[in-house]
Amino acid sequence: MRQAIKIGLIGGVVGILLSLIGMVEAFSQRDIIAHVISMGHTLLITVALFMGYLAAKRTPGKGSLRILSNSFLSGLLLAGMLALLVMAGSLINLRKVFINASPLLYSLLTFGLEKGIGALLLLVIGAMSGLLAGIFYLSPGILRRVLIISLGSIVSAGVLQDLLRPTFALWGPLAIINEWLFTANGLTVQGAIGLFILIAAFSLFWSRKGSAIQTGFRQLPPAPQRILKMAGIFILVFILLILPRVLGLFLSEVLTIVGLYVLLGLGLNIVVGYAGLLDLGYVAFFAIGSYTVAVLTSPELGFFSLSFWEALPFVIVMGVFSGVLLGTPVLKMRGDYLAIATLGFGEIIRILVLSDFLRPWLGGAQGIGKIPKVFIGGFEFAGPQQIYYLILAGCLLVIFISLRLRDSRLGRAWMAVREDEDVAQAMGINLVAAKLLAFATGAGFSALSGAIFATKLGSVYPHSFNVMISINIVCVIIVGGMGSIPGVIVGAAALVGLPELLREFAEYRLLVYGAVLVAMMLLRPEGLWPEALRRRELHGEKENEAESESSLKLKSG
Amino acid sequence: MALLFSKKVTKRFGGLVAVGDLDIEIREKSIHSIIGPNGAGKTTFFNCITGFYRPEEGEILFNDHSLVGLLPDRIVRLGISRTYQNIRLFPNLTAMENVLVGLHGHLNAGFFGIVLNTPATRKEEKEAAEEARRLLKFVNLAGKGDFLAKNLPYGDQRRLEIARALASRPNLLLLDEPTAGMNPKETQDMMDFIQRLRDELGITILLIEHQMRVVMGISEIVTVLDYGEKIAEGTPIEIQRNPKVIEAYLGRGSTGEESQAVS
Repeated sequence: MRQAIKIGLIGGVVGILLSLIGMVEAFSQRDIIAHVISMGHTLLITVALFMGYLAAKRTPGKGSLRILSNSFLSGLLLAGMLALLVMAGSLINLRKVFINASPLLYSLLTFGLEKGIGALLLLVIGAMSGLLAGIFYLSPGILRRVLIISLGSIVSAGVLQDLLRPTFALWGPLAIINEWLFTANGLTVQGAIGLFILIAAFSLFWSRKGSAIQTGFRQLPPAPQRILKMAGIFILVFILLILPRVLGLFLSEVLTIVGLYVLLGLGLNIVVGYAGLLDLGYVAFFAIGSYTVAVLTSPELGFFSLSFWEALPFVIVMGVFSGVLLGTPVLKMRGDYLAIATLGFGEIIRILVLSDFLRPWLGGAQGIGKIPKVFIGGFEFAGPQQIYYLILAGCLLVIFISLRLRDSRLGRAWMAVREDEDVAQAMGINLVAAKLLAFATGAGFSALSGAIFATKLGSVYPHSFNVMISINIVCVIIVGGMGSIPGVIVGAAALVGLPELLREFAEYRLLVYGAVLVAMMLLRPEGLWPEALRRRELHGEKENEAESESSLKLKSG
Repeated sequence: MALLFSKKVTKRFGGLVAVGDLDIEIREKSIHSIIGPNGAGKTTFFNCITGFYRPEEGEILFNDHSLVGLLPDRIVRLGISRTYQNIRLFPNLTAMENVLVGLHGHLNAGFFGIVLNTPATRKEEKEAAEEARRLLKFVNLAGKGDFLAKNLPYGDQRRLEIARALASRPNLLLLDEPTAGMNPKETQDMMDFIQRLRDELGITILLIEHQMRVVMGISEIVTVLDYGEKIAEGTPIEIQRNPKVIEAYLGRGSTGEESQAVS
């Protein structure tokens, strides 16, 4: 009971906060389902549902009545606080302090009705949301999963409608989906219901039969299994190849940005994820890669005018060299000291590039322009739809190298250094070599990413390489899952891709970003796609072979 | 024949002499124990041998190589490996990977060999995996190679640590309190196991131990340290009768149940 009150009040504070900073109002301009529910209301109801669920979960004992009453209560309290906000707003002018406490906000909170009735409705909806969350908590797992997935897809479809509509419109036959699913603002009612049924049916089927299909697959003899796997990879590659055609210009642009971050993330993943060396100056190598390409290829400076491909080996060499250069002085440092020292390195590079001293060579604050595009034969990697392929090739190469390294003597050495440096050394690992190799490999990948970035933009400026990029990449790795390659991709998509897609809410971008990071660290510190899970699967079969073959050099007594 | 010699080894921490003028000779294929009260300098001596500490004075010779000033990774390659008093596995690596890390010094694959997956690399990895499995089996951890080290039970972790140490193919194995925290049954198993290491693999064992039952049960020579200095050395029987040892352990004039622990 006390818990439920506490949770309800916290929920109320969150709701009021979201209202007063203007998120509810801003989000209300877009409907999730046309004329039925707006994004702003969805946001508040989500908060109420979450709090109701939390109240149910925190209820001591198992009595379902008690659980339901608790979640009901928390929802009611949450709505009550919002109703109080409306009341307070109608008595005194809150706008002097909170500029977003507008009449529009109040009318949104009271559903456009007269204040008294509206507030009552608000209470009812809040309490019902809480109650529903309680019922949800009590329902069987399979139902919960299906509900979450299908409701989540509807909300995602609503939020991303501006992207989905033009994408479908690119494709003749698919354009019909648009008319069925979307109005000018929000999903159609029948579209939402249809989508719900479709997704629910699919996820129900998968949770019923999914594991059976998987075990069925495992029981197949190796040959067909391999064929199926190859077919899967083939389909994946095919999808990756046609992606920019399908998605259109804007989404391809987003993809290239995500791709560059994936490349950077994979490089840093070796330094931070594998070797455990927290490097906050990682953007320096990105800058070095970009500037190396710029200096070597741009006719603006007039020193060299190599092609991208001729410059690329120099880029990698410069990256690796600067990685060793950074690594050498910080070999003895660990943890936070290392982080600060590398942070300094990142800033040094940026300030060097900005300096007047190096201006004749690096262009100072104006940067370097006219970097030529990349050509293969007659094919020009001009726009994002073409550069995508360059980045895709880079990512695949880097993933390949990362995988090989991870499962090798070097990868194990890095992970041993991460886990316990002293013991790693006592097991015969040369710390200097292991650390420098990690720095150098990571820096090489980063420089490659920088090179592609430079040709994509056609020019480089010192301010493109600020410390926020380093921080962002570290976040990508942590949110994705330390040391996990798919984690880097998921992390980059979530932290770089989503904000790009939701540009119209850019005002709230950093707020949401921060909230997501805090929530992630509390709820899922191992990341979205952690490494350990995968490794278990991978090694599962090998170990069984080990038991069956028992040729033993060491006699076992 | 002596495998390891130490001559007048001294290690100080500020004004404290942790190990002073220590002369020890460890015979090949012996089981040699170092005992002494807490703070007697036993683990410090281990750290001097394995290169974690550099002794201020003195010389340590292993197979006629001087160890003083070498880094730990060089020393392990010469054939000295160790375990730790408080288990220090790589907790988030699997048991298998822990052992494979121990093999690191015997593998040669370089960056490009690995990325290109050359036949030499593949062969080496395959052999390494086989050897690691053999070692896991040898320490009774067959089939547990996939477990993360941190998820293994305590006794398994102790044995995994030994397997990891064995992976570096040592001639001399330093065991720092291998039976700490074990019940009598587990302790007995560990004693048998240590003897097997010596008898079957021919590894010389240097042991720090507190449980007198273990020390007296398996060691051929016992060295007693107190305040960093050697106060006695000899066979277990000789040590048990040595008045200096009894005094160091129990203080002057002690009697009763504690003295039974020594005798």
